[in-house]
Amino acid sequence: MKKNIVIILCISLVILSLSGCGNASASADNQVIVYNWGEYIDPDVLSMFEEETGIKVVYDEFETNEIMYPKIESGASVYDVVCPSDYMIQKMIENDLLAEINFDNIPNSINIGEEYWTKSQQFDSENKYSVPYCWGTVGILYNKTMVSEPITSWGVLWDEQYKDNILMQDSVRDTFMVALAYAGYSLNSTDPVQLEEAKELLIKQKPLTQAYVIDQVRDKMIGGEAAIGVIYSGEAIFTQRENPDLEYVIPEEGTNLWIDSWVIPKNAQNKENAEKFIDFMCRADIALKNFEYITYSTPNTAAQELIEDEDIKNSPIAFPDLTEYDNLTTFSYLGEEMDEYYNQLWKEVKSE
Amino acid sequence: MRRLSELKNKRFLATPYFIWSAAFIIIPLCMVFYYGLTDKSNSFTLENIMSIGSIENFKALILSLALSLVSTLICLLLAYPLAMILNNLNVNQSSFMVLIFILPMWMNFLLRTLAWQTLLEKTGVINSLLNLLHLPTLNIINTPYAIILGMVYNFLPFMILPIYNVLIKIDKNVINAARDLGANGFQTFGKIIFPLSLPGVLSGITMVFVPALTTFVISDLLGGSKILLIGNVIEQEFKQSSNWHAGSGLSLVLMIFIIISMLITEKYDDGGIMS
Amino acid sequence: MKIKLQKIYIGLIFILLYAPIVTLVVLSFNKSKTRAKWGGFTLNWYIELFQNDQIMSALSTTLIIALLSATIATLIGTIASIAINGMKRKWRTFYLGITNIPMLNADIVTGISFMLLFIAIGATFGFTTVLFAHITFNIPYVILSVMPKLKQTNRSTFEAALDLGASPVYAFFKVIFPDILPGVMSGFLLSFTMSLDDFIITHFTKGPGFDTLSTKIYTEVKKGIKPEMYALSTLLFLSVLLLLFLVNRSPRKASMSLKEI
Repeated sequence: MKKNIVIILCISLVILSLSGCGNASASADNQVIVYNWGEYIDPDVLSMFEEETGIKVVYDEFETNEIMYPKIESGASVYDVVCPSDYMIQKMIENDLLAEINFDNIPNSINIGEEYWTKSQQFDSENKYSVPYCWGTVGILYNKTMVSEPITSWGVLWDEQYKDNILMQDSVRDTFMVALAYAGYSLNSTDPVQLEEAKELLIKQKPLTQAYVIDQVRDKMIGGEAAIGVIYSGEAIFTQRENPDLEYVIPEEGTNLWIDSWVIPKNAQNKENAEKFIDFMCRADIALKNFEYITYSTPNTAAQELIEDEDIKNSPIAFPDLTEYDNLTTFSYLGEEMDEYYNQLWKEVKSE
Repeated sequence: MRRLSELKNKRFLATPYFIWSAAFIIIPLCMVFYYGLTDKSNSFTLENIMSIGSIENFKALILSLALSLVSTLICLLLAYPLAMILNNLNVNQSSFMVLIFILPMWMNFLLRTLAWQTLLEKTGVINSLLNLLHLPTLNIINTPYAIILGMVYNFLPFMILPIYNVLIKIDKNVINAARDLGANGFQTFGKIIFPLSLPGVLSGITMVFVPALTTFVISDLLGGSKILLIGNVIEQEFKQSSNWHAGSGLSLVLMIFIIISMLITEKYDDGGIMS
Repeated sequence: MKIKLQKIYIGLIFILLYAPIVTLVVLSFNKSKTRAKWGGFTLNWYIELFQNDQIMSALSTTLIIALLSATIATLIGTIASIAINGMKRKWRTFYLGITNIPMLNADIVTGISFMLLFIAIGATFGFTTVLFAHITFNIPYVILSVMPKLKQTNRSTFEAALDLGASPVYAFFKVIFPDILPGVMSGFLLSFTMSLDDFIITHFTKGPGFDTLSTKIYTEVKKGIKPEMYALSTLLFLSVLLLLFLVNRSPRKASMSLKEI
C-alpha cells in the first residue's frame, strides 16, 4: 500500500510538472508584465488584448502604493507597466524610476479628457510619464437607515453616537487626509504642528472606529456591519447596487481627488508592449467595458459619451461636476523625510 | 576498522545538507544580523535593536507576548484532555479521529481565518443565530479576544499532535501498575502521565507560542487592523516603510525570545522536537 | 457518564475546528458575490473556477512547488538524518541546532532573511527562489520525522547484516530503510502540507506573475475574495477528505504508519 502511494505521488508529480512546463514555455517571448491594484480591471479585457495583439499578459496585483513602491525600487521584480496613484507617481519620477512615454505609440490617449491631463500636471508636471486610468474622490458612504440625519461633514466620524460603527481606510495618506480636512488644513500639509494635531484627532477617533480596512469596507457596508465608512467613489456605485440603502457624499470640508495612471518603469523589458497595452486601455470601447466592470470613474471622455445609463452618466458620484467644488485636492509627494514622519505618526495612531 | 570507515562515510553524507544549510539558513541569518546592526549609511549602530524600546514597538511586543501566552495556555488546556480522550479510544478509531482533527490544517489558513470574520461579525452567522434565540450578541470581532480565538483556532492542531504522540507511547502497564498500587486518577495523572508527557507538552508549546508571537495576518484579519502586534510592526517596516534596518533589528529582538524557547526545549528533549 | 462527557468534549472541539470550514463550503454555493448576503444557491462558481486561468495556474504552481520541495527536502533530509545520527554528540547538537532554526524562527524572519539573501546575490524572484525557500524550511520537518525512527532502529541488526557480507548500501536499504520508511513518509507528507499552506515565506520570495494559492488569496483578502476561491477550497478539502478516507480503509499497516504522523 505504501509503495502504491509512492508510485501514485510520483506519477502525479510528473504529470503536474509537465502541465506546469507547458504554461511556462508559452510566455517567455512576447509578453507584457502588468502590476495593478486588485480588482481593478475586467479580466475579459486582458483576454481581448491577448487575442488582438498576440502579446501574453502576465498580471500581478498590489494592495497599496506603499507596498508597490519598494518592489519597483529594489528592482527585485521587473514590471513593464504599473498603475500607481498620483503622489506615488511623483515620488517615482523624483527617484528616477520611470521611463518617458512615447505618446506616438499611444494614439488613443486623445480620448482622455483635457481636464484630467491638467490635473495630472500636479504630479507629472509635463505629462511625460503617465496616462490616466481611473480617477475619483474619497468620501463618506453611509447607510441611510442607520444614521439619524443625512451626512455632510467629516465631523460625523467623531460623533460618539456612531461608536463602533465607523470604518476608516487602512492607509496613512487617506486617513490623515480626513483629519487634516476636518481640521481645515491642506491635505498635503508638511507642518509638524498641523500634523500633530491631525494625529491627536485620529487617536481621539480610534475608539469609535470599528476597523481600519481597505476594500473590505465594501462587503461590510453592504452587509450592514457598519453605518459609516470612508470609501473611494468607485466603490460607491457597486455598493449602492448591492444595497440601495447606501448613500455617498463628498463632505463639505473638501476631500482628495485622486488619479491612478499607467506608468512604465525605467527597467521595463517590454516597453513597446507596455505602450501597446496602455493604448489598448485608452480605447473608448475598452475603457467603457472596464468602467462597467470595476465601476471606478474613467477619465476617458470618449467612453463617457458611450455610457447608456443616463443615471450613471450624470451621476454626481461617478462624474461630479468639478467646477462645483473648489476644495478638491490631489495628493503630492512630500519627500522621503516627510513620508517617514507620516509613517511614524501613523504608527503612533495604530498602537494606541 | 569497518566502524571507522562507516563513521567517515556518514560524515560525508552530511555534506549536501551542510552546504544547503550554510547557504540557505546561516547566510540569510547573517544578512538579518547585518541589516539589523547597520543603518542606511552602512555604519554600525545599535539603534535598530534599541528601537524596541520606543513606545509603539514596546507596546506591540508586550501585547504580542500577552496574547500569545494566553493563546498557548488555552491551546494547552483544550488540547490535553482531547489528546487523552483520543488516546483512550481503540486503535482503529483513534487514528481516524486524529486525522479528523488535523484535517482543517489542509484548508488554506488565510481562508479559514477570513471565515471567522464572517462568523464573528456583528451581522455575522453567530450573532444572527444568537439574535434568533434572543440571546445577547457576541461582540468580539476587531478586539484582542478575536485575535486570541484566531490564534487558538489556527494552532490547536499543533498542540494536539505532539501531546497525542507522546501519550500513545506511554506504556499502559505503567499506568496499570500505579493503579494496582492504589493511586487514584489524579495521582496517576499528576505523578505518572503528566511528567511522562512533558516532552510532548513542551514541543506543543513551542510550536504554538512562536507562530502566535509573530503572526501579523491574524491581527490584520480579526483585529480590524486596529491592533498592532510586533509581527505587524516588522512587516510594515519591510513592506511599507522600506526600512529594512529597523525591521531586521526588531527581528533580532524577536529571535532572542525564540532562542530562549529553544534552550528550554533542548533541556527537556534530547535529539528532536517530535521524538 | 464519563464517556458521554468525553464525547461532548470531542464534539465541541470538532465544532470549533469545522465551523469556519462549513462557512466556506456554504459560501461557495452563494449566488451573491459578497460575503455579506446570501443570494441563493448556485453551482456557478464551481464552473467559473475551472475557467479562471489565474486561479488554475496558482493551483498548479502551488502543487508543483509543494511536491517538488517536499521530495527534494525528503531526500536531503533523510540523508542528513542518517549522517547526523552517526555523529558524535557535539556535532549532533550543532547540526540539530541549525535544523531547528527555520522551524523555530518566526516565518516572517525566515522569509525576510531569504528576501535579503536573494536580493544580495541579484537573483530574479520567481519559481526558483520560492522553491529553494520551501525546500529549506521543509528539510527540518523531514529530519525531525526521520530522526526518532532512526534512533529506534536496532543498530545490531544493521551490523549483523554487514557481518553477513552485505555492503553498507545494500544493508541500509534492506534493514534500516524499511524501518525508517514511516518516518520518511510522514516527513514527506508534513513537508508537503507545510509547503501547500505556506503564505509568509512565499510572500517574501515570489516574483511578478508568480502566485501560489495563499498569496493569491492574500491579495484578494483586502479587495474582496472571488467566490471561485471558496469553490476551490471546498474542492481541495473534499479531495483531501476523500484521500484520507481511502487510506484509512486500507490494511492495518498503513493505518499504523499514519498514526506516526
